[in-house]
Amino acid sequence: MTASSGHPTRSGLTRRQSLFGGLCLCCLGTAGLSPRAYAETFTMDEVGPGIFIRKGLIADADAQNLDAIANIGFIVGENGVLVTESGGSLADGQWLRSEIAKRTDKPITHVVLTHVHPDHAFGAGAFVADKPVFVGHAKLKEALDARGEFYRKRLIDLFGEEKTGPVVYPTMAVADTAEIDLGDRTLVFTAHGPAHTTSDLSMRDSKSGLLFPADLLFVERIPSLDGSLKGWLKELERIKATGAAQAVPGHGPVRVELAPAVADLTAYLTALRDETKAAIAKDVPIDKAVGLVAQGQQDKWKLFEHYNRRNVTVAYQELEWD
Amino acid sequence: MRPTLAFTLAFSAATLFAPLAHAAGASDTDQERNARWQEIAKSIFGDKTIESTDTLVKIEAPKRAEDAALVPITLSMPDREKIKSVSLIIDDNPAPYAAKFEFGPAADTRELKLRVRVNNYTDMHAVVETPDGKLYEAKQFVKASGGCSAPMGMSDEEAMKGMGDMRMKFAEAQPGKPVEATLMIRHPNFSGMQMNQVTRDFTPARYIDKVTVSAGDETVFTMTGDISIASNPVINFGFKPDGKAIKVAASDNQGGRWSHSFNAPSPTN
Repeated sequence: MTASSGHPTRSGLTRRQSLFGGLCLCCLGTAGLSPRAYAETFTMDEVGPGIFIRKGLIADADAQNLDAIANIGFIVGENGVLVTESGGSLADGQWLRSEIAKRTDKPITHVVLTHVHPDHAFGAGAFVADKPVFVGHAKLKEALDARGEFYRKRLIDLFGEEKTGPVVYPTMAVADTAEIDLGDRTLVFTAHGPAHTTSDLSMRDSKSGLLFPADLLFVERIPSLDGSLKGWLKELERIKATGAAQAVPGHGPVRVELAPAVADLTAYLTALRDETKAAIAKDVPIDKAVGLVAQGQQDKWKLFEHYNRRNVTVAYQELEWD
Repeated sequence: MRPTLAFTLAFSAATLFAPLAHAAGASDTDQERNARWQEIAKSIFGDKTIESTDTLVKIEAPKRAEDAALVPITLSMPDREKIKSVSLIIDDNPAPYAAKFEFGPAADTRELKLRVRVNNYTDMHAVVETPDGKLYEAKQFVKASGGCSAPMGMSDEEAMKGMGDMRMKFAEAQPGKPVEATLMIRHPNFSGMQMNQVTRDFTPARYIDKVTVSAGDETVFTMTGDISIASNPVINFGFKPDGKAIKVAASDNQGGRWSHSFNAPSPTN
């Protein structure tokens, strides 16, 4: 789809059905990517020793792409496989599972649910039969309680129940930090305060030193704000403080230099914060502010038109009570 | 007897919602939308004729809403003398009658802004009543969906924190001129269609049903509201200051009562 409109419907009208949780789901038939189309569209990149990541499409979820829009993948350890991100739908998760099977016959012992958003959470259904530990933020359960079914219905509307899958809950809740030992490598988890969402979990791999900030780090694709703007800026300081040189962002390239990527994201969020504050101070109402704030960032991000106005709407509500 | 908002809403819920909720959709024709509006208008205004207007009231709304749970609406009514009240109806919402503002002597009606939820692609109608009892309507089509059932992204307890807190901001005052003000009220305005995170039941509807703003002894407006008003209601309005305090009294449908008093901007600067 183009940056400015949804898909044509039967009536020929352009239609963007809805925005929710910071994600736009667009409506179309119920075709979806076939296994072959997946094979032609996606590849796994080995971004570190035993670390394989698939770059998500820079697009909104639709009936064709089956919500395969996040960077997902896995880490092979001595004792088993840890899935870093499960995928955007059952179908996306099943594809990831088949990619794992091509590369290792070690058991899938852990699946990380980095936050509540559907493009990261709905692949988990593909791994239920493996009985892994589903790792999530301590606040993920309540976030899924509130939104899981809502998201599921929207995905079903797009590509049907069979490809959507169930809402999967974490079986291991991280309230602060936690470690998972895969034998030859340890994954260290950090549960973050409200930022991109209220359930953001990041992870660091001891072997490669790579940081997995998930959607705390957007590259290329405009960030979507669904937690706390001020909180996100604060958590980015913690991300920087890890000292990691490189990271696997939730969206964008599968491996980036951390410092410049964080700087770009900070620039956007700062513009969003400062210009929204200025609008509130000048009594610019929300309906006008959405067209004015952060416009200087327009050329720096893909899908800007889809999310910036919504981000301003969210930021305005957070900041107007300050 | 003219049906009150409460009466109409009860009526809507019982008789309009069930058949309409299923009929309403993004692909409806203009005729279908118009037929639905006729039905709703009759339930609210009885058999009174409603003429269309492009001068007495205008609705401004985003053609495609960024966030269906927070759709900013502007109602412009430039001719104060001709406006007794304005009703906002969101045709395809579960409870279509979103709000009614009855204006008092201290009102400046030129610009009124509020934030609403929109549950489906829908026509929105603003109906003004003139002092001689005549009705005039303006219409705007809005694309949005899911606004009434969208979860709040926090627990009910968190959403209810500070319930009833209020703020008021005033634009710069000029002597003798009406002043623009922004009223903010902390209130989740639960629609009854949002799921509780813990019990997995629907959180019962709890919404601001009445807000009265007065400047000194004179009423600016009384708003009767419903579940279509977005959480943490914000209303931008104009009023004629007389130097006395601005008072706000708000209540919700579950017996919550709050009142606050704000210092009016000085008209002498």
